[in-house]
Amino acid sequence: MDNILEVEHLKMYYCGKVETVRAVDDVSFHVERGETFGIVGESGCGKSTVCKSLVKMMPPPGRIVDGSVRYNGRELTTLSEGQMRAVRGGEIGMIFQDPMTALNPVMKIKDQIYESLRRQKLSKKEMYARGVELLRLVDIPEPEKRMEEYVHQFSGGMRQRVMIAITLAANPKLLIADEPTTALDVTIQDQIIRLIGRLKEELGMSVIIITHDLGVVNEMCDRVVVMYAGHIVEQAETRELFDHPMHPYTQGLIRSLPRAEGREKLEPIPGAPPNLAAEIPGCPFADRCARCTPACREALPPLREVRPGHLSACVHDDLEVSV
Amino acid sequence: MEKLNYILKRILQMIPVLIIGILLVFALVRFLPGDTATAILGDKARPEVLAAYREKMGLNDSIFKQFIVYCQSLVRLDLGDSTQYNMPVATLLASRMKVTVLLTLMATAMTVVIGLPLGYLSGIRKDRLTDQGIRSFALLGLSLPTFWVGLMLMLIFGVQLRWFSISGWGETWIDHVKGLFLPALTEAIFAASVIIRNVRNNVVDVRGQDYVDFARCKGLGGFRVGCMHVLRNAMIPTATLLSIRIISMLGGTVIVENIYSLQGMGALLVGAVSSRDYAVVQGAVLAFILVVLAINLLTDILYSVLDPRIALK
Repeated sequence: MDNILEVEHLKMYYCGKVETVRAVDDVSFHVERGETFGIVGESGCGKSTVCKSLVKMMPPPGRIVDGSVRYNGRELTTLSEGQMRAVRGGEIGMIFQDPMTALNPVMKIKDQIYESLRRQKLSKKEMYARGVELLRLVDIPEPEKRMEEYVHQFSGGMRQRVMIAITLAANPKLLIADEPTTALDVTIQDQIIRLIGRLKEELGMSVIIITHDLGVVNEMCDRVVVMYAGHIVEQAETRELFDHPMHPYTQGLIRSLPRAEGREKLEPIPGAPPNLAAEIPGCPFADRCARCTPACREALPPLREVRPGHLSACVHDDLEVSV
Repeated sequence: MEKLNYILKRILQMIPVLIIGILLVFALVRFLPGDTATAILGDKARPEVLAAYREKMGLNDSIFKQFIVYCQSLVRLDLGDSTQYNMPVATLLASRMKVTVLLTLMATAMTVVIGLPLGYLSGIRKDRLTDQGIRSFALLGLSLPTFWVGLMLMLIFGVQLRWFSISGWGETWIDHVKGLFLPALTEAIFAASVIIRNVRNNVVDVRGQDYVDFARCKGLGGFRVGCMHVLRNAMIPTATLLSIRIISMLGGTVIVENIYSLQGMGALLVGAVSSRDYAVVQGAVLAFILVVLAINLLTDILYSVLDPRIALK
């Protein structure tokens, strides 16, 4: 199986004047061609930052300090801003979390689609035809009429469809979806998830889904990494991860999911994530972990294979528990 | 069609404002202390001449009757005659209005040309040296009094460098522009400072919006993102502010026209008040009110063009 994206030892730090925040610290993963890859974690764990770093869209003072990002074998971290623009407007597409704020309120939908088509050098007529086709592709009724409208005339779910259509206009081979359903109603969430799944098959894309919602991961992803405090703590195929969660953090996440059957209380993970500006010598999860031992605080536990194809960054061996 | 309806409705709404304006000015000039006949004929005039003049001009009638007479002539579009200049007020206003309107237009253009780019630059360079510099300039522009700025510009560019004329406004269009350049700049420096600060803050705000990031994700270049996404959204609140500035610049012409000896509305109004030229004062204020109402209407229309979320109702 070949990989469309390979990320190795990526470090993205916010190098402020006062302190350095290690938002992404030594993260490695790969995305196979045609798969849906999930990045899970709670707010502030660095999952969105990873994806912004992939296309070099980190907000200042963010900087890629070390590591490599290879798209189809081509190194992205060393590209100039101009070359990077061609990648963003072409091979790698991104959809944002909140469709309410990610579309320009004063531009017609069609003009926002046209912007994505600029690199393809089409005539006005071809652009219009393509725009209508794209809106139809994402199941927007009456696409001809909708082309002329503005964002405020669309509902939340429709806006997310518009955003997907705009991104697809550039024919991306890799789609990065940053919490695509978080800002939507539950019923709409499901529609959007299905839509992304369908489009991925139809257009032969690979997809990276960033989410804090394990339900979305379960429904969509082939493989998944769990991030905590800028590190990857666990990586496995989705089925494997849910059946045999090995890292105490992942176990905590799964335990804190609401379940339909049974009436037992949810078990939240106590405490809060560590401050990423401070040096953490050992396991970043140690302070919140029930199984913390002195060994945990000595050195950062490396990711190691604990079951076939299943990596976990925990020093303990006998971790498998039923959750 | 909807737009036309809106404009008609707005014009109808202007009528009460106009009537109140006329009433106020009419009353105010008549409550001014001092005697009109003496102001016109001088304090050496004999009492019987003064009395005859008052009788002729209807100054002995009650204020109420004078107002009715004035309104009757207004309906005939007759603004009366100037006692000072001995010509119809309408003719006088037309020639003076030309100077003031051109002055204000030039000042507005300069305000936009200075304010928008500097404000934008300041915003995208937030907290950097460029931003600090532009903000200091804007603060200075706000703090310096107009009459002083006017005199300094006159001294430097008119007297020392002799680039522009320092009084009057010549015969040809080129002369007009040259004559109005410094007075327009005087007004624009203050207004541009207000605009710079506003645009800067809006740009800072808009640049943090998701749609700007999303536009960059489309692979768009910095210039297009800057114009279509940042500036277009940042300009919406500025449009209102600019229209308020234009209106106060119209008022500011009273000072600037006097500094630069321009024969515009401001100078006319000041002169007319001191010589109790009632018809001119009333006519000039009426003209100002009309212009202000028109600017307001234009602003609202512009607003709906800039921001499609605002419907004209």
